[in-house]
Amino acid sequence: MITNYLSLSILLFCLGILGVVSRRNVFIVFMSIELMLNAANLGFVAMARLHVNMDGHVLALMVMAVAAAEAALALAVIILLHKHKGNLDTNIFSLLKG
Amino acid sequence: MVQNVTYLGFIPLLPLAGSLLVGLLYLYACRGKKGFPEKLYGLLGCTGPILSFFMAVKVYMSLQALPADDRFLHHKAYTWFASGELDVSMGFLADPLGAVMLLFVTFVGSLIHIYSIGYMKGDPRYGKFFAYLNLFLGSMLILVLGDGPVVMFVGWEGVGLCSYLLIGFWSEDKENVVAGNKAFIVNRIGDLGFVLGMGFLFWGIGADGFDYLSLKANAHHLTEPIGLVVCLLLFVGATGKSAQIPLYVWLPDAMAGPTPVSALIHAATMVTAGVYMVARFSFLYAHVPVAGEVVAWIGILTALLAAIFGMYQDDIKKILAYSTVSQLGYMFAGVGVAAYSAGIFHVFTHAFFKALLFLGAGSVIIALHHEQNIWKMGGLKSKLPTTYKTMLIGGLALAGCPPFAGFFSKDEILYSALATGHTSIWLIGVLVAGMTAYYTFRMIFVVFHGKPRDQEAFDHAHESPKVMTIPLVILALGSIFAGFCNLPKLFGGHLRFSHWLAPSLTEHHPHGGVGLELLAVGASVLAFAIGIGIAYRKFTVPVDEPVYRGFNKFGFNKFYVDELYHALIVAPYKFFGKAISRGLEPFIVDAPVQASGWLYKMAGLAFKVFQMGYVRIYAIYMVVGLSVMSLLISQSLN
Repeated sequence: MITNYLSLSILLFCLGILGVVSRRNVFIVFMSIELMLNAANLGFVAMARLHVNMDGHVLALMVMAVAAAEAALALAVIILLHKHKGNLDTNIFSLLKG
Repeated sequence: MVQNVTYLGFIPLLPLAGSLLVGLLYLYACRGKKGFPEKLYGLLGCTGPILSFFMAVKVYMSLQALPADDRFLHHKAYTWFASGELDVSMGFLADPLGAVMLLFVTFVGSLIHIYSIGYMKGDPRYGKFFAYLNLFLGSMLILVLGDGPVVMFVGWEGVGLCSYLLIGFWSEDKENVVAGNKAFIVNRIGDLGFVLGMGFLFWGIGADGFDYLSLKANAHHLTEPIGLVVCLLLFVGATGKSAQIPLYVWLPDAMAGPTPVSALIHAATMVTAGVYMVARFSFLYAHVPVAGEVVAWIGILTALLAAIFGMYQDDIKKILAYSTVSQLGYMFAGVGVAAYSAGIFHVFTHAFFKALLFLGAGSVIIALHHEQNIWKMGGLKSKLPTTYKTMLIGGLALAGCPPFAGFFSKDEILYSALATGHTSIWLIGVLVAGMTAYYTFRMIFVVFHGKPRDQEAFDHAHESPKVMTIPLVILALGSIFAGFCNLPKLFGGHLRFSHWLAPSLTEHHPHGGVGLELLAVGASVLAFAIGIGIAYRKFTVPVDEPVYRGFNKFGFNKFYVDELYHALIVAPYKFFGKAISRGLEPFIVDAPVQASGWLYKMAGLAFKVFQMGYVRIYAIYMVVGLSVMSLLISQSLN
């Protein structure tokens, strides 16, 4: 039973990584990160249910709260980025190139 | 029994505090537009030395009140450093020897300070001069008062530093700066000897306390070879500071400084340090007669050499400089033949007449607007009457005319040499006495007698102000009467000076008998008469600057010793330095440094490729890195 939940969680997480790595739109990258967070949440909740322990639930709620805060911040940053360059292609923002 | 008195520490501290105060005021004045008046600097500068002089008198009085064998005053300010067996305290010791040095150093030093008020008038760096002068005197007092070789060394280095600062005081001229450097570097060579000697001394007998009294008590434990090494190394230090062969070359060049500095270096401080040091370590030198022989021979040869040079100089200050070297040679001959009190007595009388001669020369130089060549002077007797009279007294004292100060002290040394069986040293000494009389009166006759050689300068010459002539008169009185402190039995005296010094020194008075004493006195007086006679015949008739030929030319050029040193030591050393800086340094020191820098640069270029600037790529690095890490962790867990 638990394997199904965990498989789904891993699948979601890998999709998230794939999104972060392959997509160039900042929005999609951000959404992929959210996907990864939720994949982790799924893992927590499944394990909590398995062990009949509330810690996992608490952690999942915590992650959600952090994700909400992070979303508020990230959206603000994205708006600023868009204002700055008029575009949201991550390849434009390559100031760290050595 | 050693008495503890606190005020000893203040004697060097007062001039040092004066130096700090004057120096800070001068620095403050440098920042603003308006300086302080010269009078303020002069007053502050003179206060410290004069107060120190009064304290020195107090020290002398309290020592005299004590019984002869207990004449030691001591003050330990604090423990300077302690390490293992070595425990060095900042301590001051006043014994009869130290008290004599204190008295004349502070007395002559104070007079020179007062004289400087007039001499340095109008100099833009008036305050700086007094700050340095005070520092100089303070260092010398530390040297004299220090209760052990280490504290002495502090003063020793201090006077070296101040001589450098003061010789190069008029630093606009490169020549002065070079002279200052020369003095400093040559002194440094001697200082190395002193430090090594101190090290050997500690190795030998330093374990039970490293101050004079403990060392003196333990001196008999010192083995002969180490004793010899210590004595010779310490003497190397003395040759540097007191300008003996082979390190005398800095002293004539030190004339580049202002004249009061020359007087201070040559009369009261610095050059007497070497003689004082040898006398201070008389308990060592008394153990090692061979070292004494070396000291005596070096001394008398220096006396001879410098006297020869002195006969050919045409710069008034250089003549006096070589006479100082020559007189220092006498002092070393004295302490070398174990007549320490005679050597110190000559230091004492020499302080008066040499300071007098230098200050008199300074007065002449100022009167002629910084003309120093004696062949441009002449007939100044009528224009500078006080200077002439006082310098005549100084000259008579230097030349050893009875009954002036120099006669008694020089005679004491020569008699000691004769009575201890050093006949050849005595003979050279008598010869040098004649030469001294000759070159001194050559200078006096050419400068003050005859007709003026430069009419214009002569017409503008005028006597110096009172602040300069009064010190001259006081010193002239000293030059007349200082000799009576140590009248030998032949003249109805009791050698009071020598007896006073006896508790500090390890010496045995030679007993040669009245015949020998008469012989010594007779020869000295004869040599003086011949010397002054030749000078009178040659220089009271109108003469102009001579052209030297043959041996005279050789002497005029100082035997080319400076050139020889330059060719043998300075030039090879410079070549060696250049060879190292051009040939070795780039490959051995620079190359590894450059290479490591290059390595990092290359590594940076190589790793730069991975820094693409795209967030996606960094995400990939993270994923790959985390994956590898978790793989490794999971494997290590299994």
